[in-house]
Amino acid sequence: MKTSPSILTSGLLCAALLSGQWANASEPVGEVEGPVDLPPAILALPVENAVLTAPPHVPPPITRKHSARVVVHLEVREVEARIADGATYTFWTFGGTVPGSFIRIREGDVVEFHLNNHPSSKLPHNIDLHAVTGPGGGATSSFTAPGHSSQFTFKALNPGLFVYHCATAPVPMHVGNGMYGLILVEPAEGLPPVDREYYVMQGDFYTQGRYGEPGLQTFDMVKSIDEHPTYVLFNGSVGALVGDNALTANVGETVRLYFGAGGPNLTSSFHVIGEIFDTVYPEGSFSTPQHNIQTTLIPAGGAAAMDFKVDVPGTFVLVDHSLSRAFNKGALGMLKVSGPSDRVIYSGKEIDAIYLGDQAEAGTEAQKREVELEKKIAAEIKSNPTIASLTKEVQMERGKRVYMQVCFACHLPDGKGLPKVFPPLAQSDYLLTDKDRAIRVVLKGQTGPITVNGETYNSAMPAQSQLNDEQVADVVTYILNEWGNDGGSVSVDDVRRVKNETN
Amino acid sequence: MISRFRHLLATITLGLMGAGINHAAPTGMVEIPAGEYVPLFTSPVDPASVPVPAFYLDELPVTNAQFLAFVQANPKWRRSNVSPLFADQSYLKHWVGDLELGSLAPSDSPVVHVSWFAARAYAKWLGKRLPTTAEWERVAAAGYTVSNGREDTELNGDIYRWLARPTPNVIPSASEARPNQLGARALFGYVWEWVSDFNTAMVTGESRADSGLERDLFCGSGSVGARDTSDYAAFMRSALRSSLQAHNSTSSLGFRCARDLEPSSATSP
Repeated sequence: MKTSPSILTSGLLCAALLSGQWANASEPVGEVEGPVDLPPAILALPVENAVLTAPPHVPPPITRKHSARVVVHLEVREVEARIADGATYTFWTFGGTVPGSFIRIREGDVVEFHLNNHPSSKLPHNIDLHAVTGPGGGATSSFTAPGHSSQFTFKALNPGLFVYHCATAPVPMHVGNGMYGLILVEPAEGLPPVDREYYVMQGDFYTQGRYGEPGLQTFDMVKSIDEHPTYVLFNGSVGALVGDNALTANVGETVRLYFGAGGPNLTSSFHVIGEIFDTVYPEGSFSTPQHNIQTTLIPAGGAAAMDFKVDVPGTFVLVDHSLSRAFNKGALGMLKVSGPSDRVIYSGKEIDAIYLGDQAEAGTEAQKREVELEKKIAAEIKSNPTIASLTKEVQMERGKRVYMQVCFACHLPDGKGLPKVFPPLAQSDYLLTDKDRAIRVVLKGQTGPITVNGETYNSAMPAQSQLNDEQVADVVTYILNEWGNDGGSVSVDDVRRVKNETN
Repeated sequence: MISRFRHLLATITLGLMGAGINHAAPTGMVEIPAGEYVPLFTSPVDPASVPVPAFYLDELPVTNAQFLAFVQANPKWRRSNVSPLFADQSYLKHWVGDLELGSLAPSDSPVVHVSWFAARAYAKWLGKRLPTTAEWERVAAAGYTVSNGREDTELNGDIYRWLARPTPNVIPSASEARPNQLGARALFGYVWEWVSDFNTAMVTGESRADSGLERDLFCGSGSVGARDTSDYAAFMRSALRSSLQAHNSTSSLGFRCARDLEPSSATSP
């Protein structure tokens, strides 16, 4: 950081302003160079305003066979919108949507780009279009304060499908809040015609609340830096492409997806369940099409187009085949195809019959052997005090595992619970005075007021019916002996006795 | 001059009352003891931290009512009179008229839509000045309850909650804002604030190529030379300052004033 005296700095600013040289000021702050002098050949080109579309829609194919001067107006807005049912998030957007508006131009076009930052924006923003050849991909020329507008011009030299995104520091937060979109630069010779085109982008989101937690969610910087997303989404929300919002097509049509990975961090293993891509334009390049692809890898800050003919009706699910993202974090969309079925291509379920495999008779034999072995071991342990004490240690170890899966969320790892909400287990008179009661609470749950160490608690603990008898014995033994507690041990027999007592 | 006199009186009065402090800050200001500022961006030749001598800082951002008093006394800073060189079209645009606040500008809410030139003129009018980046950041680095605000989870929660919301149409009053350890309030959660040397943000070296701040600001390169790449809030303040020109004004940008300690009342840290 250069710390120049403020008087000197302001003096320079005043001088620049008063002498009318501001537009050409070479100071690094707010460098504005004035409109470019376009050569006559370009000035002679027809001027058109770009048609921008919100996802999942794509502007119509370009039919002209010559270059044009294309004017693009893109507005940056910070908007609160649904991220999941009951949950909202403040997205930072290009055009009010995540991903941002789809921009479609032609190779050789000269684009006059206006970035307008809405006055309600909290922050300055800019745009780096990967379709731009020049420093920052436009970012250096489009840095725009809230309530301001920037203009720059670029020539689309390379055809392809390109990501654009905000590149203002801290970039992972700007991109992580949804500031990305796609710009398609059609090759001069055009693209093969298809029946339907759709626009989908994947992005990872980092919220302080867990997945699905209701209410307005806040960006979580730590999760972002650790690259542990709460959500991985297609088009900015859980279910953006599901149910009534699903993409649609008719049997026999060819569908083209323009798919981008906005990131900020994750690549996508993009796959459509039950379809094979007839053609993939990998990494957004139209010069090297690949055919018959199952799953295509889209890098963060990259894109690909894929064409496939839909031959049979049904719902085809779009996923990131890194499947926890699809199953647990929202990276899932649907393409609904209607029309007549073709049972030669896909029959549907033809037969449903019973199958027993090797479980029929042999299973009961094995079970008998198991029971006998258990009995033998139990007798051995009872008759041998050394093994018996060892057993308690083993029980403690196993009980701890159960505790850390089932109990710690309320009673906390240190067993101290939460004052007035979840009673403590550490040094708890309620726990230590009645071992059977402890077993009963784990087996059958506990509701209504109780007094623990002089404090009244009135919460509900559910019955832990998912635990088997051995796990109950282990976990109760654990809590009876951890954190300075001294409460003896609990056997599987104790658990069964309590379980069978009449209410 | 008058306010300076008042300050002197206040000093004497408090001194006589034996309030247990060496001297008093002027009304509405807090004394910030000498400390240091750790810049977000440094080059290898820069020191890791910059000493910040003791100074006075307004406890709260300047309000609409306070700024109204300024434009009443200084007609050339009224909306219809101000030179476009010193304030762009959105200058005080949330006010109903030159001398009328209206419902979008509650009298005790921080004033916004002011340019750097206007903020500086206001400060000068009161015998004050704008704080430097170093001064502002040195104060803002304090937490509510701990000296290092980065370790104050409550403060960080408040900061990121504020950053996550678009700017409201009406900026709320900051009169109930919680003080930080140095006694300053509403440094976060209400408005961004001008600093005297806002246009040095991100300048890192001597050569034009290296010091082009936009260039260093973008994408991954935005983290080159940063002291702590995980201090997102500091990046955002830096980015905001870098995006501004001195005649700009916007919906979320206000200011507060600073003043040097009088030589007689300066304390050693």
